Amino acid sequence: MTPEMNTAVKSGRAQQEKTSSDVILEVKDLKKHFPIKTGILQRTTGVIKAVDGAHFSVKRGETIGIVGESGCGKSTTGRTIIRLYEPTEGKIIYKGNDISHLKEKEMRSSIRRDIQMIFQDPFASLNPRKTLGSILYEPFKVHNLHSEKERQEKIESLLEIVGLDGSFKSRYPHEFSGGQRQRIGIARALTTQPELIIADEPVSALDVSIQAQIINLMEDLQEEFGLTYVFISHDLSVVRHIADTVGVMYLGNMMELAPKEDLYREPLHPYTRALLSAVPVPRQKGVKTREKVVLKGDLPSPSNPPSGCVFHTRCPEAMEECKKVVPAFEEKKSGHYVACHLYK
Amino acid sequence: MQQEPVNMPSSTPPEPGPNDPKLKKKPDTLTKIILTKFFRNKLAVAGGIVLFIIVTMAIFAPLIAPQNPGDVEMDLLNRLAPPSTEFIMGTDDFGRDIFSRVLYGAQVSLLVGFLAMLGGAIIGTVMGSLAGYFGGRVDALIMRLVDILISFPNIFLLILLIAFFSPSVGLLIVFLASLGWMSTARLVRGEFLSLRQREYVLAAKTLGMKTNRIIFQHILPNALGPIIVASTLSVGNLIIVESVLSFLGLGVQPPTPSWGNMLQSAQNYTIMRDAWWYPVFPGLMIFITVLSINFVGDGLRDAFDPKMR
Repeated sequence: MTPEMNTAVKSGRAQQEKTSSDVILEVKDLKKHFPIKTGILQRTTGVIKAVDGAHFSVKRGETIGIVGESGCGKSTTGRTIIRLYEPTEGKIIYKGNDISHLKEKEMRSSIRRDIQMIFQDPFASLNPRKTLGSILYEPFKVHNLHSEKERQEKIESLLEIVGLDGSFKSRYPHEFSGGQRQRIGIARALTTQPELIIADEPVSALDVSIQAQIINLMEDLQEEFGLTYVFISHDLSVVRHIADTVGVMYLGNMMELAPKEDLYREPLHPYTRALLSAVPVPRQKGVKTREKVVLKGDLPSPSNPPSGCVFHTRCPEAMEECKKVVPAFEEKKSGHYVACHLYK
Repeated sequence: MQQEPVNMPSSTPPEPGPNDPKLKKKPDTLTKIILTKFFRNKLAVAGGIVLFIIVTMAIFAPLIAPQNPGDVEMDLLNRLAPPSTEFIMGTDDFGRDIFSRVLYGAQVSLLVGFLAMLGGAIIGTVMGSLAGYFGGRVDALIMRLVDILISFPNIFLLILLIAFFSPSVGLLIVFLASLGWMSTARLVRGEFLSLRQREYVLAAKTLGMKTNRIIFQHILPNALGPIIVASTLSVGNLIIVESVLSFLGLGVQPPTPSWGNMLQSAQNYTIMRDAWWYPVFPGLMIFITVLSINFVGDGLRDAFDPKMR
């Protein structure tokens, strides 16, 4: 899309995005602990610290990428932001309002339309018993949007927006491929005209060639509707492509948060460096490849995380201090936050 | 998913797949796919046909049966007559036509089996949904109740219950239903626990759907398959339990015929030696019916299994 076209297509909402760069979502020291219950009386005998300190903020129209290996709490972070889970501690501030402890009823009346989610597994994210038409019709009915005739038109145009045929609405999900289903999932997320979309590993279940299509579609939609994305992924190259800011999580903790260029050019945290060194890079003449940092050991259990810095058990640069003191998550350079004792 | 070009922008035509002329004609519903799969299973279809014949004959017993067991109490001239053109399954020790009694007995046995299954399925689904949806204490309470009930020998409990009340068909159905819901409850709870975390259910929640709508629109319809399969298979078991109880004299009471109490009256030495037809035909009916139900149930299970496409 050319810039001229952009301005013509964009809605008022999207216009606003260019002029002001306000923060739409702020997550402050978010924690989500799941109780482990045992016995007949279901007593709590321990907790799994799935998320134990996530901090970031996103500006309207931008994309934050959250990366980390599996089990690091990135999906839980996403689901807590959209309030599928109630946070244990911390704040989720959406457009200046704290939504972290809103009741489900209040969520429905105020927030549910605004924040939507795109899911990982295109085969589990669509009800196999419903046609595409009724999958997309449901949100209109729930929120009482549009007249009956408009709804049908909207359904067709939504399918076309995501690159499918409007006539597909009488079909069932099982007739479609993974990539197409993911498009349907995206169309469903767009029904309520949301402003913020949490994309939880939206491409990791797809073939590489289809991944590119879905990423491109998401970028086009972001431009067209002025969407803000929280893009959760374990794939550093995908995140590098789509995100403006990147947060790195390890064992429920946000380790580093920085604008994309900074993070990939100059990663500060040893964990980020290890992750980046694991990305395969084609060998080129004259270009030095990054030194490989291979982490020892396994991810510790989130029900019994290590003391001090959670990464100290696997950190190649661990010091005595790391075992005792939890490093603060601090801004080391402008916009570049890191939680590590190496930087004081 | 062939020939999808790399880096295709979203505005270009959609990926191939449903554009195939083959698929263009009819949008197959999931139910249709399941039925197609079921009808491909010959054993299950055969079981279904046999079952259909038995049920139809039971329903139309008054039209088919040469005798009405209510009318004939005794016909001493035809005691223990072997199968012939007049009595195709022979007669019993009271001279009554066994064929007629088998047909009327089918009414009772099938009625008890189906109604007890229905009752058990309803109780089980409600209990399982409650446990699976609310979780925590409610879940623990219901599941412990299930564990306790399941660890009693069923037949012993039934005998105990019936000993307290006087045996009747209605009571038998109630008892069988109230002792037959546990496995369904476990099943439904499991389905709920797994479906509750399914992404389309989460999506319904993020779209702002209310809980009861999510349960009835998204969870229960998808849990229906296993419930149907388990319930179908349980009918066979219930028919056997009914005949066992009737055989012990605690189920359906004579003169009302049921397959079980017919077997009971056939269990004496002279009858076993001289009139093989008396125990064989009711026994055969139980065997064929239960076998057919099991074939149908197995067929349904395979048809509902998404891995067996």
